[in-house]
Amino acid sequence: MGFIINVAYFAAAVLFIVGLKQMASPVTARRGIIWAGWGMVIATVVTFLHPEVRGFINYLLIILGIGIGGGLAWYTGKRVAMTDMPQMIALYNGMGGGAAAGIGIVALMGSYELSWTIQFIAVLGVIIGAVAFSGSLIAFAKLQGLITKSLRFDMQQKINLGVLGATVLLGIIISFSGAQVNGALLTVFLLLALAFGILMTLPIGGADMPVVISLYNALTGLAVGLKGLVLDNAALMIAGIVVGAAGTLLTQLMAKAMNRPISNVLFSHFGESSGGDQS
Amino acid sequence: MLAAFTGYEVISKVPVILHTPLMSGSNFIHGIVLVGTMVALGHAETTAQMWVGFIAVILAAGNAVGGYVVTERMLEMFKSSKGAK
Repeated sequence: MGFIINVAYFAAAVLFIVGLKQMASPVTARRGIIWAGWGMVIATVVTFLHPEVRGFINYLLIILGIGIGGGLAWYTGKRVAMTDMPQMIALYNGMGGGAAAGIGIVALMGSYELSWTIQFIAVLGVIIGAVAFSGSLIAFAKLQGLITKSLRFDMQQKINLGVLGATVLLGIIISFSGAQVNGALLTVFLLLALAFGILMTLPIGGADMPVVISLYNALTGLAVGLKGLVLDNAALMIAGIVVGAAGTLLTQLMAKAMNRPISNVLFSHFGESSGGDQS
Repeated sequence: MLAAFTGYEVISKVPVILHTPLMSGSNFIHGIVLVGTMVALGHAETTAQMWVGFIAVILAAGNAVGGYVVTERMLEMFKSSKGAK
């Protein structure tokens, strides 16, 4: 059974890459998303057979979760106006980042033994995923017009740096704390990572948002790839890293199209990057 | 590493008009995180794990489905303009 699942994951990953490749040209772009869509369907269906997925209630929750999340996204995605697309991408991307962070949290809460390397990768994935989550939500709110002012205040760079430093420090403590991770510590850690995403995005103006969203897209991809390492799941690993690399490059291309280096977009009012955008 | 190189190779020559659809498309592809959340929720043991896993599944499903719908709609516009030619 494990063999079939791995073959299916690999096939899905190939479909993603081919699909993405086709999306890079206007002529084949539509076919590309359909191929990638089938890859997703295969991977999702096969996962129901995954040996680690067990327990009736868990199955029920999975189906319910897919129903709620998928249904809402389908509804909003179909209804949203064409001009509002960028913020919807930000929103969906943020959801992916949040999901990646969630996997990491579940893995860290688990009672089974993880080597400290895996634990560290899980922690790293939580930081990146959480930053992408809260950052994307701010980007969404800005483009949607919910937040109109770019918040800038004195010492902002230092405060952001401090928050990031605290997050990383807690992350390192968690990485080395063995199988039993303190729940309160984990909560504080998650909240700090989320706060950093918010603080990092708030000072960036609306016009720069597409570049920022693209960056968070790359970050989410990276977080997903790291989760693939944690769960030892080839589909997650390949797809995540491909998106991480493609997204990083796309971010640079978009910044170049605006005649601004990416550092200018991020650092002009800000002194610290997320530190994870080079995959 | 190979995957990272593939990502680079795929993106390196892209017309500017396709930047946003491509971003959306790659956004859809990391919706594969859904598989990971399913596995995570699948072996959840405690109630807290189930809650986090459940929320993660909802978020991931939103990422995958939303990403697909949005990308498809965006690329639909390319099709109509190509079809007229």
